[in-house]
Amino acid sequence: MSSSKKIRVLVAKPGLDGHDRGAKIVARALRDAGMEVIYTGLRQTPEMVVRAAMDEGVHCIGLSILSGAHNALFPKIMELLKAEGVDDVLVVGGGIIPEDDIPGLKEAGIGEIFGPGTPLDEIVEYIRNNVKI
Amino acid sequence: MGDKRTLTTAVKRWDENTVAKTIGKYPERKKNFLTISGLPVNRLYTPLDSENLDYEQDLGFPGEYPFTRGVQPTGYRGRLWTMRQYSGFATAKESNKRFHFLLDQGQTGLSVAFDLPTQIGYDSDHPLALGEVGKVGVAIDSLADMEVLFDKIPLDKVSTSMTINADAAVLLAMYIAVAEKQGVSMDKLRGTIQNDILKEYVARGTYIFPPTPSMRLITDTFKFCSDKMPLWNTISISGYHIREAGSTAVQEVAFTIADGIAYVQAAIDAGLDVDAFASRLSFFFGSHSDFLEEICKFRAARRLWARIMRERFHAKQDSSCTMRFHTQTAGCTLTAQQPDNNIIRVTLQALQAVLGGTQSLHTNSRDEALSLPTEASVQIALRTQQIIGYESGVSDTVDPLAGSYYIESLTTEIENKAKEYIQKIDEMGGAPAAIEKGFIQKEIHEAAYSFQKSVDEKERVVVGVNKFQVEEEHKFDYLRVNPASERDQVKRLEDLRKTRDNEKVKTTLQNLRVGAQGDSNLVPLILEAVRVYATLGEICGVLRDVFGEYKAADL
Amino acid sequence: MSVTDLVEGVLSQKRRYLARLISLIEDEDNHALEALSLLYKHTGRSHIIGVTGPPGSGKSSLVTKLTAEFRKRSKTIGIVCVDPSSPFTGGALLGDRIRMQEHSLDDDVFVRSMGTRGHLGGLARTTSDAVKAIDAFGKDIIFVETVGAGQSEVEVVDVAHTVLVTDVPGSGDDIQAIKAGIMEIADIFVVNKSDLPGADKKATEINAMLDIDPRERTWRPPVVLTNSRTGDGIPELVETILAHLKHLKETGLWKMKGLQRSRDELQELMKYKLTKELSQKLQGKPEYEKAIELIAKRETDPYTVAEKLIAEFLFSESR
Repeated sequence: MSSSKKIRVLVAKPGLDGHDRGAKIVARALRDAGMEVIYTGLRQTPEMVVRAAMDEGVHCIGLSILSGAHNALFPKIMELLKAEGVDDVLVVGGGIIPEDDIPGLKEAGIGEIFGPGTPLDEIVEYIRNNVKI
Repeated sequence: MGDKRTLTTAVKRWDENTVAKTIGKYPERKKNFLTISGLPVNRLYTPLDSENLDYEQDLGFPGEYPFTRGVQPTGYRGRLWTMRQYSGFATAKESNKRFHFLLDQGQTGLSVAFDLPTQIGYDSDHPLALGEVGKVGVAIDSLADMEVLFDKIPLDKVSTSMTINADAAVLLAMYIAVAEKQGVSMDKLRGTIQNDILKEYVARGTYIFPPTPSMRLITDTFKFCSDKMPLWNTISISGYHIREAGSTAVQEVAFTIADGIAYVQAAIDAGLDVDAFASRLSFFFGSHSDFLEEICKFRAARRLWARIMRERFHAKQDSSCTMRFHTQTAGCTLTAQQPDNNIIRVTLQALQAVLGGTQSLHTNSRDEALSLPTEASVQIALRTQQIIGYESGVSDTVDPLAGSYYIESLTTEIENKAKEYIQKIDEMGGAPAAIEKGFIQKEIHEAAYSFQKSVDEKERVVVGVNKFQVEEEHKFDYLRVNPASERDQVKRLEDLRKTRDNEKVKTTLQNLRVGAQGDSNLVPLILEAVRVYATLGEICGVLRDVFGEYKAADL
Repeated sequence: MSVTDLVEGVLSQKRRYLARLISLIEDEDNHALEALSLLYKHTGRSHIIGVTGPPGSGKSSLVTKLTAEFRKRSKTIGIVCVDPSSPFTGGALLGDRIRMQEHSLDDDVFVRSMGTRGHLGGLARTTSDAVKAIDAFGKDIIFVETVGAGQSEVEVVDVAHTVLVTDVPGSGDDIQAIKAGIMEIADIFVVNKSDLPGADKKATEINAMLDIDPRERTWRPPVVLTNSRTGDGIPELVETILAHLKHLKETGLWKMKGLQRSRDELQELMKYKLTKELSQKLQGKPEYEKAIELIAKRETDPYTVAEKLIAEFLFSESR
């Protein structure tokens, strides 16, 4: 055990939408909260997200999507993680995601969905309290 | 001068006596009052704040240089702004049905939203298109889809605005080809393509190619249209997305105009005469929450653009100096909490845009922070514009707020601050260089982050979000895109690839490749490929091969 | 995951295990040292290429293009990118992957981002161990990209066999690399963004500077012009890198560097261990706290006390 353990988070934008304002702000807030944040940039396929998360040894994946493709992409990412035998990574999502879709996404294994207007602190706290580190 | 001295003394007296007395008893709500963009707001504005303003030089008359008071001599007294609601449906067939409905209601302008694969030059069966087909707009893979989209719509009578950028030339070519089939020649076509790639790199993200070939596609379009499509708006230089990405009002004006300067310069460098194309440039802004600041922003942008066109580019015609713009109320101000409150936000924002002199307006729907809007919500949004236009009376006199001490002072301040930014960008070598350095992205991101912080820390109140919250149950109907649409679209594409003349497709794509490697105008070559049903993905694939792909690297 | 699993996983090229090991290394977990000591004999095979240079000189893009070129030649690649951690919060924003997306699904490319976690010198304290893990994993080539924030990022010399120093044309009249104090460590100079005006001038300036360099050497650092956007100059740069490798091997420098590295490593490790042990032993000891007070009051001096405490706590068995 050592004091230098750091929470590492992958912030990724799956899908094709280019609205990265939210993703970048969250990335910055997590950094300001002392975490190491790996940002992937736009247009990530589920395969790319999972590969980056694995290689970077992250404790949490934050997915941001505003195009409405979450129901196709989020569960796909969960599936791939499972196939790779990764079960200790917390996955959270954010963006424009209708309330009705949230139960399904959680069932697929997403820890939490943060909608528009979520205070940054809430996201930071959630990650801090729920990562397995 | 005597007047000035008297007034200065009077203001001082008021401050020291009247104000001081009141503040002693009733302190003000905040120590510093700032606009939403962070510009300081004084307690009071007087003629002293705009004493350097020269009416004829700085304001002038509506329809005349420098267009501070608007581009139309009679404002909205002749015709109200165009109420143009951006919309897109999963498939060409559904969208076509909606277009017919809107036209039957008397609307004359169409606005097409495309899905993301279309905007990024991928066919619907591309791996990256998974889950995205038909989501944020209509999926167009080839001329065949475009034929369905505009089926029985008289393209010589409607004007069509298309939100398409990186591959705008391809969609324009498809539009031309559909019109040909209807027997409408391209010189009769009216409409707009967004075609503004620079803001894609900094704010919206649907880029394909690196800046240099992208600029070439744009100047090719300018050239082609200035010869053959005199009624077509070749670009809509967009500040909207820059603002949505979190910029301030000043940055929105500055970066949009810096982009505009880059396009004008590129076209001039490509051998075009400024007066041959400048009047076909149009703009697109957001209308954010700060009521007075936004009105000033529109007026400042108009004046600054006019001055740049005349002084920097030596445009001779007045029409080359007019900034005509479309406005959309700011999507980023919509809240998922208490969504009905958004109706009021949108109302104020729409009113600002009208008082700022917009040429056309899209009002957002209350539920857009939750999902794509329902029909009922879209209707309220449209009614909002109609109430402002037909009931409020604000459209009956031109630029009614001109002459307000505050309005004029803030208009000048925004213009000056934007000028400072533009100078800085010029020193870096213009907008493309500033984007490559990440300067513009960084400025926007800083503004976005500090705004979010101020909301989180409750320095800024967002009703229903950080103050006046309630427990609420979501009771909205959401508009859902049928997942079968994606499969249908992929199937259509498969069928097309089997039934078209693939030899012709190959030849035209090869011609395009050769053209792209050289320096021919690409629009006619794309048009050839489109006519024989080459797909969007195939055409953009050839261009990707030749031009490479842009990878954003800013953080 | 046990240490044995970890070591076996790395040796059988399971990237998840490699990622896990690097995490443990970064967190300075004791298991990491155990694993590294078991893996040590499998290291020493990778060609380690350091890439340093001022900010904005296109290091990540260059590494991406070099990776593509080496992949064409069937080499497997590891990449370690180091970015600064915030001195205030300890957090870091690691964005180098953004530029490396074209390799993101290539099984033969492993990319890892590291924050400096308070370490100066252009690398994280644990970067060299992370590189060793990738070396044991079996990558042919490992790129180590430094922070690039400027000042004296010379540590990469201790990790890499070949150091590329990047610069761009038109960055004032100065050579930025001189300002950053990294001129002397270059094995190869790369003038990136060669399409910008002034690229040739920059190359000439660097060469002029090398002409007056008084140090005797068997390898004069070549200056290579590249363009990470178009890929121009990249194959030439790869050839130059390979020529440097050949030079290292032919002149015996490779072996000498290896010896030197082993010596440094051993010393560094002993220093680290001794310091750690000493501070653990001194922790909370009343005589230690007392001595500090006395030094502050000038009643004794740190020199005497140091001698005494080391003798007493480190070398005496009874404690």
